[in-house]
Amino acid sequence: MTSILEIESFGFRYANAPRNAVADFSLEVTEGSILVLAGPSGCGKSTLLRAVNGLIPHMYNGDYSGDVKVAGRSVKGSEMRELAQTVGFLFQNPENQIFMFSVERDVAFGLENLGVPHDEIRSRVDEAMELLGIASLAKRAPHELSDGQKQRVALAGVLAMRPKLVILDEPTSLLDPRTAKELVELVARLRKELGTTFLIVEHRLELLVEVADKMVVMSGGRKVLDGSPQEVLMGDLAEGYGVAVPAVTKLQKMLAGDGLVRGDRMMTGTELAKTISQAGH
Amino acid sequence: MIEFEGVSFTHPNGVLALDNVDLRIEKGETLAIVGENGAGKTTLVRHVTGLLKPAKGRVSVDGVDTRTTTTATLSRKVGVAFQNPDHQLFSESVEAEMAFALKNFGFEPDVVAKRVSWGLQTFGLEEYRGSSPLILSGGEKKRLTLACILAWDPDAVILDEPTVGQDALQKERLAGTVRMLGAAGKTVVIVSHDIEFLWPMQPRVVVMKSGRIVADGPAAEVMQRREALDSARVAQPQLVAFGQELGAKPERPFVDALGARRFIEGRRP
Ligand SMILES: Nc1ncnc2c1ncn2[C@@H]1O[C@H](COP(=O)(O)OP(=O)(O)O)[C@@H](O)[C@H]1O
Ligand SMILES: Nc1ncnc2c1ncn2[C@@H]1O[C@H](COP(=O)(O)OP(=O)(O)O)[C@@H](O)[C@H]1O
Ligand SMILES: [Mg+2]
Ligand SMILES: [Mg+2]
Repeated sequence: MTSILEIESFGFRYANAPRNAVADFSLEVTEGSILVLAGPSGCGKSTLLRAVNGLIPHMYNGDYSGDVKVAGRSVKGSEMRELAQTVGFLFQNPENQIFMFSVERDVAFGLENLGVPHDEIRSRVDEAMELLGIASLAKRAPHELSDGQKQRVALAGVLAMRPKLVILDEPTSLLDPRTAKELVELVARLRKELGTTFLIVEHRLELLVEVADKMVVMSGGRKVLDGSPQEVLMGDLAEGYGVAVPAVTKLQKMLAGDGLVRGDRMMTGTELAKTISQAGH
Repeated sequence: MIEFEGVSFTHPNGVLALDNVDLRIEKGETLAIVGENGAGKTTLVRHVTGLLKPAKGRVSVDGVDTRTTTTATLSRKVGVAFQNPDHQLFSESVEAEMAFALKNFGFEPDVVAKRVSWGLQTFGLEEYRGSSPLILSGGEKKRLTLACILAWDPDAVILDEPTVGQDALQKERLAGTVRMLGAAGKTVVIVSHDIEFLWPMQPRVVVMKSGRIVADGPAAEVMQRREALDSARVAQPQLVAFGQELGAKPERPFVDALGARRFIEGRRP
């Protein structure tokens, strides 16, 4: 399996900052996988994402150490323009990303900036809108849409660039639970249909447990946990690092400690209730 | 102390965001307003300090109609931490941001200094004292707006989506702050779709859908009503759903994992 992203002992201190925002961070991400990055706020997640999409070091000044490679090419030595074709970035607040008069103009924006020929833009925009189920919104003004719809428009704009790697920084924080779940399902589908790799920063881990291949937890700028979502959430250390362990998982861990249920595999609430009922408790 | 009587509001683009809302929030109450994106929660909140005025009906704070007074006067009583902190932060430093409203409300300089230090410490922002609010992360900005409001000690606080961008430990601390405010007799209104955050606090819950209030009552009661919640696209707390599957008594839902464990151990043969 090929790596789409290789981070080697990366460290960064913002100019004027007293200490490093990220230190000695290494990670390899396999093409076509979904990776979740978690950890307390201020631990350096956004900084790490900026180092992948090139904002660091191209737009932020500071002390840079180690190396970050996307599709085998060093980010430091690439231009933002090139990177934009490989790495797509969805901001936390879609309002920072959509600003045109119509949905289709918004989706086309990145491609127009790259100077892609008109016919090619047309077909890619239509394809992206189709994929995200927003074709019927093509002529609408983005500011009239709901937050969930805005998120889809922004994501369509990202996907129209056909990036190999898509970065989502807390994509569900503005969404209600149902809309958030729909977004996660969409991510899983895009990975399957297009083979896109996703790097997602998220606090609501219960949403991602089932679709993520890997979970990395950061604290104080360093990587402190790295494993499958199962390993990380069922382990003893996650809560101490400020990872939100779902209530039902906390309960399962307690009951496993009491010897009532298994503790090696995470269960849904329904599974847990069934197991307990069948055991006659 | 905060009352909505038959309030309707239409945004300039023609969206009816509040549709004949009746809601009475008592002094000292902790209330959660839930509902899917676009249900009208933020529009409701913006009416309390008079940022929006009802097209129909009446909004009052301590009996005073919001149309007859100013937002500044109302803000002294009801502090609102808005959903998007970027719209609220504008000073050159975190410290100046905290001092701004305090000075405006006429507090003495030594009181201002004390309260600024209290806020920065309580909300873990001390190290940013001299920094621009703009360099803070989204979660830090949210905590700063909350610190600013609590510093002037209003009777009521309204938090619009306070958990956005906060990690688990900060959410726990935030829940602690909400409990402390409740214990101090403050009125606390939390607008949030983070049901798991709200549930352990057992607030009164108001469910909104398309500008209307479709359910209102204690959390333990409202959160059992799966159909009502489904139709408003609100999730049920994990432990409530779990309790229902297990056949636990609906009037004694599991507030936390420990409560569920006690129940299960109690049933062991
Ligand atoms: N533009 C910036 N200039 C200076 N310091 C920054 C900047 N952006 C973030 N930081 C600091 O870097 C650290 C990591 O921040 P960030 O990467 O945003 O964390 P997270 O995304 O995990 O919340 C924090 O201490 C933050 O205050
Ligand atoms: N400034 C605005 N201009 C036009 N429509 C708006 C504005 N703010 C909100 N709306 C619309 O009003 C409705 C209620 O929105 P809002 O009060 O923000 O809901 P919530 O906070 O529950 O997500 C939505 O349909 C939304 O699109
Ligand atoms: Mg961040
Ligand atoms: Mg809102």
